[in-house]
Amino acid sequence: VTDLIKRLVECSGPSGSEGAVRDLIRTELEASGLLKRKGCQASVDALGNLVVLRKGSGGGRRVMVAAHMDEIGVVVTHVDEKGFLRFSNIGGVRPLNLNGSRVRFADGTVGVIGLERLEEPAKLPGLERFYLDTGARDRDSVKVKVGDTACFFRPFEEVGGRFVSKAMDDRIGCVVLLQVLRELDASPHDVYAVFTVQEEVGLRGATTSGFGVDPEVALAVDVTGTGDTPECFPMAMHLGKGPAIKVRDGGMLAHVGVKDWLVRTAEGAGIPYQLEVLEGGTTDAKAIQTSRAGVPAGCVSVPTRYVHSPSEMVDPDDVKNAVRLLVAALSGPITIG
Amino acid sequence: VSALLRKLSEATGVSGREDEVRAMLVEELRGTADSARVDAMGNLVAMRRGTGASKLRVLIAAHMDEVGLMVTQVEDSGMLRFARVGGIDERILPARPVTIGPNRVPGVIAIKPVHLAEKGETDRVAAPKDLVIDVGATTKAEAERLVARGDVAAFLSEYVEPLPGSAWRTVQGKAFDDRAGCALAVALLAERLPFDLVAAFTVQEEVGLRGARVAAYAECPDCAFVLECTGANEMPVKKDLSPSTRLGAGPAITVMDASFIADPRLVDLLSATASRLGIPHQFKQPNIGGTDAGAIQRARAGVPSVTLAVPCRYIHAPTGILNLDDFDHALALMRESLQRLPGVIERSAT
Repeated sequence: VTDLIKRLVECSGPSGSEGAVRDLIRTELEASGLLKRKGCQASVDALGNLVVLRKGSGGGRRVMVAAHMDEIGVVVTHVDEKGFLRFSNIGGVRPLNLNGSRVRFADGTVGVIGLERLEEPAKLPGLERFYLDTGARDRDSVKVKVGDTACFFRPFEEVGGRFVSKAMDDRIGCVVLLQVLRELDASPHDVYAVFTVQEEVGLRGATTSGFGVDPEVALAVDVTGTGDTPECFPMAMHLGKGPAIKVRDGGMLAHVGVKDWLVRTAEGAGIPYQLEVLEGGTTDAKAIQTSRAGVPAGCVSVPTRYVHSPSEMVDPDDVKNAVRLLVAALSGPITIG
Repeated sequence: VSALLRKLSEATGVSGREDEVRAMLVEELRGTADSARVDAMGNLVAMRRGTGASKLRVLIAAHMDEVGLMVTQVEDSGMLRFARVGGIDERILPARPVTIGPNRVPGVIAIKPVHLAEKGETDRVAAPKDLVIDVGATTKAEAERLVARGDVAAFLSEYVEPLPGSAWRTVQGKAFDDRAGCALAVALLAERLPFDLVAAFTVQEEVGLRGARVAAYAECPDCAFVLECTGANEMPVKKDLSPSTRLGAGPAITVMDASFIADPRLVDLLSATASRLGIPHQFKQPNIGGTDAGAIQRARAGVPSVTLAVPCRYIHAPTGILNLDDFDHALALMRESLQRLPGVIERSAT
């Protein structure tokens, strides 16, 4: 699994350009033989969501489990005379994380992020003060153009037994979902594993795939913040203390029945878990919850430090237990009251 | 095209009150559209049959509404308080002539003569809540004979063509955003295409893409082209930074804005078609503004979408400047791209 994580997180997939991630996931699915099972199929919808149906043995429900393929990044807005590029954000890019970072474009071009001289160094600059340097000598030697997108560029690292990458949000969710598809043995439910696009710019892929799949129950698998680092925003979640079962976040109140179903499952199977109350941010589950006439929705989160920085950190035990929790939950009957 | 653009530009259609523009378009489409309907929100949806060579369902969309003001209260003095409808910079309001309601009651947004301005007053911009529209009435009763709370006001602005002999083809007027798009859609409906073409002339774009949302839900297209008029800003700047778009540099293709990320296949179709035919074109600076594409893309199970816009200086203000060459190039580019569309986008399963 570590190898799969490494390959997935090192892949580039800023919102709207998830093709490489989707291809990699498809290859993994094909290699696992899952798509050869009776009634199982994979398709790509109008917006680029990869929808994988794992047909159940019958008598179950139509369950959608979503993890997003996209990550935050930058988009080129201007190429100046000297060949420097100005850029805007794709999703929640924080200026504090930028100076000296590197981004990589689809064609392999690497850009170093530089910063103008600041008159007031104590004041946090906005994105408009930064630029990209691709090593170009002038405008004509720049290989990328306005509208091209790039994402942050860092290798995967194992740090003291924990995993660090620029795109744990939400490739780790994609890994969990892939593992669930592999490990799920017998399930009565038709499980729609949806690898969504454009979550970071407004849950757009989940909005349309939620409509298309029309599920009876929906879960997102995404990352959540933790409250276990020095002088951080107070939060109850800890790295390594188990996957988080969402109660609420900035955009959604999880369906109480869905939350209780996950809690019962975890307790029944002896899987460690934490209850998640997140004040800012939300997940694909929010969009699916209000699709059509409404869908009972919840979320299983992987606690993650330094979300939306180039070094997002997760604990492999939480990842493993998130898979166990979802496999257990989807193996039995779903009672959500 | 200039005649149609003049008519559409001088019509009033503040968000939610698009009736005059819609009636004008219904007339224009007589003879070209095979069918037309007006939906519950007021969108005009017209369809032109194709040759039948392709089964694609293709939507083009342009919004009929423009930004404006709404009367919120008639004062005892006969002056009218107002709120803004859509995005208007408060700095452009004072001393502006407007017309109010369907009867086009003329009014002026009041401002003190410079002689009477108090010390420091001319250094500040008055907040819209402190401004009033003056229709010339002297009492509330007089004013209420002509206007009522809830009436909308549009900028009064004549369409101006270049003087004969001018080297340029720029025209001036209001509401090119998005009457230019409406004029493009009218012209495209006259085309014989391989597939049935549906044109949605939408309402309430300026207040949150509201009309497009329901039009796209009803039509359920395989892909959509939003025809827009977008801001160009070429005011002098010190830094080497990009203008959003440039006037005269051709229609602007949106790769990404605040409302949506364009489908790469449609972006490629437009830019490759333009390059092949030598049609000037530009890419709009990413992440600025939003268009109906933001709503259409998310309709039902999703619609691959792109926006093509005619650049215009001073949009959302009483007088914009638009280059008719850009308009002509936008039309040529759309025509050719629509002919080449089959094969680029597939018919969706449902």
